Amino acid sequence: MPDLLHDVIFDYTLRNVALGSALLGIVGGVLGTFAVLRRQGLLGDALAHAALPGIVLAFMLTGSKASIVLMLGAAISGWLGTLLIIRIVQDTRLSEDAALGVILTVFFGLGVVLLTHVQHSNNANQAGLDQYLFGQAATLVEENVITMAALGSVALFLVALLFKEFKLLSFDPEFGASLGYPMRGLNVLLTSSIVIAVVIGLQTVGVVLMAAMLIAPAAAARQWTNRLGVMLALSGLFGASAGVAGAMISVTARRVPTGPMIILCITAIVVVSILFAPERGIVWDAIRRRRMRRAALARGPEVAA
Amino acid sequence: MNAEMTVLLTAIFAACACSLVGTFLILRRMAMMSDAISHAILPGLVVAYFIANGPNLIVGTLGAAVAGVTTVFLVEALQRTGLVKSDAAIGIVFPALFAFGTFLVSRYFSQVHLDADAVLFGEIAFAPFDRLIVFGNDIGSQPLIVLAFLTIVNAALVLLFYKELKLATFDPGLAASLGLSPLIIHYGLMTAVSFTTVGAFAAVGAILVVALLIVPAATAYLLTDRLDMMIVLSLASGIASAVIGYYVAMAFDVSISGMMAVTGGVIFALAALFSPTHGIVARAIRRHRLRDQFAVDLLVLHLHHHRTASESPDHLARELNWSEGRLREVITRATRNGLVAMTDGRVALTNAGQQAAASHHLAIAHVAATAPPAHGPQAATIAD
Repeated sequence: MPDLLHDVIFDYTLRNVALGSALLGIVGGVLGTFAVLRRQGLLGDALAHAALPGIVLAFMLTGSKASIVLMLGAAISGWLGTLLIIRIVQDTRLSEDAALGVILTVFFGLGVVLLTHVQHSNNANQAGLDQYLFGQAATLVEENVITMAALGSVALFLVALLFKEFKLLSFDPEFGASLGYPMRGLNVLLTSSIVIAVVIGLQTVGVVLMAAMLIAPAAAARQWTNRLGVMLALSGLFGASAGVAGAMISVTARRVPTGPMIILCITAIVVVSILFAPERGIVWDAIRRRRMRRAALARGPEVAA
Repeated sequence: MNAEMTVLLTAIFAACACSLVGTFLILRRMAMMSDAISHAILPGLVVAYFIANGPNLIVGTLGAAVAGVTTVFLVEALQRTGLVKSDAAIGIVFPALFAFGTFLVSRYFSQVHLDADAVLFGEIAFAPFDRLIVFGNDIGSQPLIVLAFLTIVNAALVLLFYKELKLATFDPGLAASLGLSPLIIHYGLMTAVSFTTVGAFAAVGAILVVALLIVPAATAYLLTDRLDMMIVLSLASGIASAVIGYYVAMAFDVSISGMMAVTGGVIFALAALFSPTHGIVARAIRRHRLRDQFAVDLLVLHLHHHRTASESPDHLARELNWSEGRLREVITRATRNGLVAMTDGRVALTNAGQQAAASHHLAIAHVAATAPPAHGPQAATIAD
């Protein structure tokens, strides 16, 4: 263990992987809280898939694999996908989940088409683009981590600055509008921040598993508190812990992929929270119920009369 | 059968098998559940591979189908705790199962050919080389035979239980009171979806199988209000995606399954824009026309209400809060309909206009009188 701690601080690769995963966990956890509260968890899933064509197109247009370029492409196409989903729900008779499914799969299909096109074009530089499917934390270098940190701070800064407004937007947008807040603009800002959170995670956990990095930490945090501020902090903490733990396990054990390991760690946190969180946890709930039944039985039948 | 034909037919049968069950997924608002099922199939396949000690069609299919139904069960169990909202439940369960699957693959089967690309977007181009061998006899391409079989089974299920599915989908309450267990129908459908997904998985992969399940059915939903028609249109648009997608992919040397999804998306976009009944363009035109009609009616009612012989346009524009241009537009339209006439620069009702206003033969009166309660407030503001 001390060796591992030493490595985390001084080993270049390990440090980048751990830092990157922690960053992704914090940003995903914090922004995911809003996504989950607004019942937009699966929008994150659709958005992550919709980012794929953007990544490949950005590479095709610039020939660069710099993470800022690819992340920008991912963000633009993720945004476009989100916009289309909103329009489909507003302008057609389809329900939200059908809209999500259609955009998710069609954009992903386009991404696959572009990816195979690049792969078949004998461009030697393209190798590694497909790591965005499952993510490959081990390939994180300092440049990636710096980009992630820069983008992540923008998103976190927005949340800190507009905490009250985002809270209003998540719980009672009509009331917010009646107070004169520009709810539309706030909605755009919050959704953009969620896009940033998704884009940051793509290289580490990949488009397929990214949804869990938004939803799971927030769902776990929700069990421990009823206060938004606490939930945000807990969610970020859970996300970061899962990120670091997953990265550590995958580096120390052989042949364990980082992305899936991070997801398994955060799932474990969710399971523990749902079972054991005080007040809401299933176990406490069962104990409470049993106690009440026993008390009722002890009181005898006159209660019914 | 040559290789090209095998791939094309495999694609077509995949589209057919998926469209048949996809229709009910869209109607029951379970599109994202099918996304969850398709991802969860991976650990099922891996565990089956482990149990059968190698690739085995029957064990693999069963394992994956069990995993699919388990996913549905887990999502619903999580929702029932009331601790997690429904969309979050889906978003927690399927990444966990998929991550578990990838974990197993890389940990224990890294030497086995089950790579990322095949899992996510399948290898339909290999369909001709994946042979089904029964008792030593090569009876054809395995994906083709499996998908043709699934198409037949799904078609038989839909035909056999058409009435039950229809009732349970559109009126679950009535279905339950008639003794049709919603639970059985629900899990029956989910089992069919799971098997279909497993069958199509090898050909088109985990995510694009969802494209075949959802996109053609969503397209059909925009084109019709009848269930039987929706199934037919869903099949047609699925087959069109498969055929066009295949040839375009061949021409540009790109992923066939990816191109099938993109083609499906293009067909969907066309339907969303131009469907005669539910399309965005048709809706906009209808809304526009209705607005014009209401404006004319408002003008006629206003003139009738004031009982003056005629009114000046300036006064009208002020009273109705319309711009001058808008008023001119409405007067022109009303004149064309023979409801008002301009005399000496003043607007007056014609006899026909008087009659129309008095006898309530106007769209406004009609809507106000017949609008269902749900639209009450809207009708009221219009009538005011």
